[in-house]
Amino acid sequence: MEMIQTKDLIFEYAKHDEEGNIIGKNRAIDKANIDVEPGSFIAILGHNGSGKSTLAKHMNAILVPSEGTMWVNGKDTKDPDELWNVRQSAGMVFQNPDNQIIGTVVEEDVGFGPENLGVPTDDIWKRVEDSLKAVGMIEYRSHSPNKLSGGQKQRVAIAGVIAMHPKCIVLDEPTAMLDPNGRKEVLRTVEELRKKEKVTVLLITHYMEEVIDADKVYVMDSGQVVMEGTPREIFSDVETLKKYRLDVPQVTMLADELRRRGLPIAKGILRTEELVEALCQLN
Amino acid sequence: MSIKLENINYIYSPDTAYQKHALKNVSLEIEQGQFVGIIGHTGSGKSTLIQHLNGLIKATSGALYFEGKNIYEDGYDMKQLRNQVGLVFQYPEHQLFEVDVMSDVCFGPKNQGLSKEECEQRAREALNLVGFPEKYYKQSPFDLSGGQKRRAAIAGVLAMHPKVLVLDEPTAGLDPRGRDEILDQIAHLHKETEMTVILVSHSMEDVAKYVDRLIVMNKGEKMYDGAPKEVFTHYKELEKVGLAAPQVTYIMHALSESGLPVNTDDTTIMEAADEIMRNLKHD
Repeated sequence: MEMIQTKDLIFEYAKHDEEGNIIGKNRAIDKANIDVEPGSFIAILGHNGSGKSTLAKHMNAILVPSEGTMWVNGKDTKDPDELWNVRQSAGMVFQNPDNQIIGTVVEEDVGFGPENLGVPTDDIWKRVEDSLKAVGMIEYRSHSPNKLSGGQKQRVAIAGVIAMHPKCIVLDEPTAMLDPNGRKEVLRTVEELRKKEKVTVLLITHYMEEVIDADKVYVMDSGQVVMEGTPREIFSDVETLKKYRLDVPQVTMLADELRRRGLPIAKGILRTEELVEALCQLN
Repeated sequence: MSIKLENINYIYSPDTAYQKHALKNVSLEIEQGQFVGIIGHTGSGKSTLIQHLNGLIKATSGALYFEGKNIYEDGYDMKQLRNQVGLVFQYPEHQLFEVDVMSDVCFGPKNQGLSKEECEQRAREALNLVGFPEKYYKQSPFDLSGGQKRRAAIAGVLAMHPKVLVLDEPTAGLDPRGRDEILDQIAHLHKETEMTVILVSHSMEDVAKYVDRLIVMNKGEKMYDGAPKEVFTHYKELEKVGLAAPQVTYIMHALSESGLPVNTDDTTIMEAADEIMRNLKHD
């Protein structure tokens, strides 16, 4: 069974005039089909307004499809009886850490989710401890979240999600507001969760470098899935990506520039080591 | 014609439990017409520093001269200073409020006492400078895409004809194309108008590509101040304070360590490509 699956998902929202009358519909997602296998790392790229966040909000039923279907862990998100199962299966982390943290003490914030699930108290503390350990924030358990750096806050937000024991974490531009170190911390944390806890990860980002380890990349444009493939396949096509207002990692861009200047370097180079190896062979 | 800071200290909430020494003896001079980047981890004092430049925050001690005059002297015309030093905050689109884009951009010049015609002329000019399409002038700013909102907000500051434009992470959250477009337009603007531009950024690649001078802040102190190339030679020290070098610099170091005798201080794709080509041709 797929962790997340959609079939011709359409999401439309009504446009209103100043009096509040409906004057038309905007289609934010247009027949999107995605399949996410359990334990995989999936990235979604797309320009501002391409529909990626709208799609992400379907994954824990903040939004439900206007037409078509989304299944999370086999449950149809449109079925009101499955709402809590869906929300427990897929946890969300958003861009701005300050909008997600509600507790006055780190461990309280992390415990909020499991408490709402009705987890017994002893068990909550166990989960809080395990989650904070998993994101490397255990020594801050009794700190005030206000005093943490952006990267630390975002790790607390991630701990809050994993304390609910989701099968899948959806991260919607979790590093957009962070400095380089914060970005690294968050990505390292996500990678560990994926490897150690086997959590399915769905990452939405504008930083191309962050997706080179993904199992599969989807590119969205105008609400449609327009490209689908491994990072190497996706980043081999610089021209098409640029058309969708995207980019390639810096290493790929340098390799591309060198190829344009006549060096015989393969397409789709993603890592520094690969470029170094290719150039050393030429030397 | 310059901005000069002399031993600026700033202490938040002095004599309370939350006291924080946010700026420590910062001295620097920015000549009219420079394109300056400021980098530093979250909490390093960057935002506090730039809020001093137009007098939004008054230093606890030290002096700040704008065009030779100490702005902390009694009777100094702060309003005039704020007209000349335009500050674009993070996520400036949150400050859009008017019924349409044109009125929003006119708000600044209107407050400067200009006539309706002059305001509109300035607004058109400013919107044009940031590449904002004319067909949206009468649209509500809230119906625009993220990138267009950002442009409208920057135009609102430009319409006041500042001599100094300070931008706090103007590209956070934008897609790659939106990021490049905004920075290209700012660079173009800097060239055309000889305006001083001060860019606060978390992207090492962006500052490497655009600025002439780079100031690194760490724990409220100025850590480095020089040409980007020069500053990024200290990449190991930068990493210790939560920053990094542009990815290209890491590629060049990796190449050099693998025996390709390239110069390692390149910071942009084009420089790196030139250097690699030069090296391979030699052999």
